[in-house]
Amino acid sequence: MYGKGRIIPALILFLGLMTTPIWYKSGDVSKMPKPEKPKDYTECVAPVQYMRTSHMVLLNEWRDDILREGGTRVGKTANGTEYVRSLQNGCMKCHSDKKKFCDTCHIYASVKPYCWDCHLQPKEAM
Amino acid sequence: MRIMSPLIAVLALVLLALVAAQGPGGQALVGIILPYLAFAVFLGGVVSRVVNWSSSPVPFRIPTTCGQANSLPWIKQNKLDCPSTKAGVIGRMLLEVLLFRSLFRNTKAEMHEGPKLVYGSSKFLWLFALLFHYCFLVIILRHLRLFMDPIPSFVAALEFGDGFMQIGLPVFYQTDAIFLGALAFLFLRRVMLTNIRYISLPADYFPLFLIMGIAITGILMRYFLRVDVVAIKQLTLGLATLSPPAITGQIGTIFFVHIFLVCALLIYFPFSKLMHLAGVFMSPTRNMINNSRMVRHINPWNDPKIKPHSYASYEDEFREFMVGADIPVEKELPAQPAEEDAAKVAE
Amino acid sequence: MADTKVAQMKEKVVKEPSLMTGAVPAKDWWDVEAVFKQGNYCYPAKKSMVEYHNKNLPGVFGVPRDWDPESDNWNLPENWQEIILNGLKDRLDKFRSLKIFMDCCVRCGACADKCHFFLGTGDPKNMPVLRAELLRSVYRNDFTLAGKLLGKMAGARPMTFKVLKEWFMYFYQCTECRRCSVFCPYGIDTAEVTMMARELLHLVGVGTNWILEPAANSNRTGNHLGLQPHTFKENAEFLLDDIEESTGVRLNSLNFNRKGAEILFVIPSADVFAEPGIFTFMGYLLLFEHIGLDYTISTYASEGGNFGSFTHNSLMKKLNGKIYAEAKRLGVKWILGGECGHMWRVLHQYMDTMNGPADFLQVPVSPITGTRFDNAATTKMIHISEFTADLLHHNKLKLDKSRNDHRIVTFHDSCNPARGMGMLEEPRHILKSVCNNFHEMPENTIRENTFCCGSGTGLNTGEIMDLRMRAGLPRANAVRHVADKHGVNMLSCVCAIDRATLLALNQYWNPDVEVCGVSELLGNALIMEGEKERETDLRFAPLAGMEG
Repeated sequence: MYGKGRIIPALILFLGLMTTPIWYKSGDVSKMPKPEKPKDYTECVAPVQYMRTSHMVLLNEWRDDILREGGTRVGKTANGTEYVRSLQNGCMKCHSDKKKFCDTCHIYASVKPYCWDCHLQPKEAM
Repeated sequence: MRIMSPLIAVLALVLLALVAAQGPGGQALVGIILPYLAFAVFLGGVVSRVVNWSSSPVPFRIPTTCGQANSLPWIKQNKLDCPSTKAGVIGRMLLEVLLFRSLFRNTKAEMHEGPKLVYGSSKFLWLFALLFHYCFLVIILRHLRLFMDPIPSFVAALEFGDGFMQIGLPVFYQTDAIFLGALAFLFLRRVMLTNIRYISLPADYFPLFLIMGIAITGILMRYFLRVDVVAIKQLTLGLATLSPPAITGQIGTIFFVHIFLVCALLIYFPFSKLMHLAGVFMSPTRNMINNSRMVRHINPWNDPKIKPHSYASYEDEFREFMVGADIPVEKELPAQPAEEDAAKVAE
Repeated sequence: MADTKVAQMKEKVVKEPSLMTGAVPAKDWWDVEAVFKQGNYCYPAKKSMVEYHNKNLPGVFGVPRDWDPESDNWNLPENWQEIILNGLKDRLDKFRSLKIFMDCCVRCGACADKCHFFLGTGDPKNMPVLRAELLRSVYRNDFTLAGKLLGKMAGARPMTFKVLKEWFMYFYQCTECRRCSVFCPYGIDTAEVTMMARELLHLVGVGTNWILEPAANSNRTGNHLGLQPHTFKENAEFLLDDIEESTGVRLNSLNFNRKGAEILFVIPSADVFAEPGIFTFMGYLLLFEHIGLDYTISTYASEGGNFGSFTHNSLMKKLNGKIYAEAKRLGVKWILGGECGHMWRVLHQYMDTMNGPADFLQVPVSPITGTRFDNAATTKMIHISEFTADLLHHNKLKLDKSRNDHRIVTFHDSCNPARGMGMLEEPRHILKSVCNNFHEMPENTIRENTFCCGSGTGLNTGEIMDLRMRAGLPRANAVRHVADKHGVNMLSCVCAIDRATLLALNQYWNPDVEVCGVSELLGNALIMEGEKERETDLRFAPLAGMEG
């Protein structure tokens, strides 16, 4: 091998960079985020799996429908329960603790929703 | 054929992934076993290719000088394009690797009536190549959010910056669009420019299609088909920490297509032109100091047995003529007996 | 002169269907066969030439034989494929550059329209990328996993006679000028690829006479024409008469093979016997006389131009070895080199590695200015332009610039001093010091972007005139541009091959423009002690105001 002095360190650097996630001290991997579910309600506005992947789309639809199309604030779940199509007055009514609900997953997946740029953040429990 | 066969190959890979993702066994194969295998092939392949390259010496110092050399002190040297020091070469390499210096020089030649050759500036290849590579880098770095916990702040910052226009939910990343645009440019350029179409091989289209496939499945996954990111991160973080979880079935099929194509790219990488990633650092015309008259460069296989035609044999062949023409010689001509006699008589 | 009349050629390069004129080739490049016919190939090396070289370097030049490129039987050795593949393996093991250049090309096409051969012919295989693919396809087939598994899909093809023919055609349509390498994002240097391919061709006895014969002459007699020492000396001395006639001064300093001289002066030998090189030689001699330089010229090592470098690295080394050997024998302090392109590629990038260390020499110091040339600290050889530029900078020369007023000058950067050395400003400094009328050609055609004369690396032979005129078109076209714009009538250069080839090129494309070495213009301007009033320049052309 010619030029060891430069090539070997470069290869080590390459391997090091490529395997960063392996030697990076990731926390307890088995510890999944567990968003705190509301105690008083068992049914959400849409099926759980849909809410997991697409709640942000739903919020967007509400916004567009209500603010731009003059749509209704009233929604109904599959079982007929009425709810308010609103982040603050609807979602947060059940999921009242942003930290224990929203943030657990958002931090885990590095998602920074800009909901709270406009909406008032719910007061954290003292 | 050159375009269709690699396209078919990539579509076949997609199909294969779709089929595999149908059952839990297939999901484990594509989601756990294949990524490890691909990553190992990628790392091993790249390292062994580089080691293979470096097993050959660089016998001669052959930088391509692209500017004024270090010469007389009052002549201004172009220290980056014609470096005479290590620092200069580092500068040259940084320009090359980070900014694609050489590609920036690109021109386009046209033949006009006359004949008259005209050279126009042609920076689009440079621009789109740069966009493609930097977007690719940003996208890869963004993906670190799925492989690290807690997420390093630079990854978060990168993501925030990439989505700063706050279009749509989930937030739209500019790099996704630029990346696809650049890929489309690189593809269309290959197809539409006669020269480039003519030199292009299936091996040029295949990685383009493969990377397009990766980008499209990624975009589908994020914006259209949407998957459970938390479930995916559980898997990817498990992969990264060498403790993959059991796949629970909450992950959408599209994810398996995406990761399958990524694995295909990783496996393909070391055996293909994509090795330019490492090669760009090792090209002797770029990474050598132009100091061959200042510092002796050693060729390990220099053959000392190759000697020039010796002066002695040259003189032996031409001595008579040389003496006749008053050219100095090492050995005089053998004395002529007749002349010797004459000289004696003269004495 | 070329076979095609210039008027016809002007039409052809613009209208003839080719990649340069927008035509789309009907067949894939690997399906297009190389067809040899009179005018598109250099004549094969004579059997006696190959025999001569084989005696000195066994095994390098193949089995001596007669063969005809136009025939389908080249009388190749039975195992020629094996010889080539083994030779390729050997070179992959010896040259990292080859491995990298084989593996890294992404076919981005940045090089495609940078090659003068492509610009002039529009032949797809003259795009550097395809030229390299000719070798790369064989490399893939036998030396890469992808090629072995996927074959044609991976761009691989076996070494066949058809491929060999392509090699002989297109690696002799490359002048190793390195222009493509400037634009390549990975610095892939087709010169390097061509050198390797030509070595492989030589292994099976495929070479050209126009290279091997001068190389044999250089080896035996010290100059490529094969002049014997007394004739060489007479030729040089004959030029003293011409100098006396034009300047009125008889030079006394010309001498040969003198031991104890301070400096060994090595020229491209053509400067002693071919116009317009002889005028450049006169310039050298006038300069040396002017400053009283203690120098000698060797008849044994009188060829700096290295024809070996167009064939095989071992012949390059063998021919180059004479320079240090002679410097040692004569006991000089350092070596000065004349104006020559490939010569300086070898001197700058290969000589010390191949034939050094020159520990018996001293770091060159100009005896006139005291300048120490640390840029040649180990090789101990400097370029006459470096030496002269230094003299001019220190005002050591008495000059009358007006003696070049009848010349409107431009400068052609020779490929190798530009891209294999980085010598761009020195000759310009000289030109600006000795001429009042100097104009640069367009920037895409000078300095590191310079275009080759079209006939380097042993291609300046009469049998391929059409090709040469096409390959030289980009250069000629840039000359045409300044001739029209500024009335340029003199194309100066620092290369012996240029002096021969640009002459033919200009006679074809730009008959109103002459060719000279930079030192010739210097010679015109130098005010010599005891000179007469000059009426003509060194080539007996009347000076400005003396035309009557």
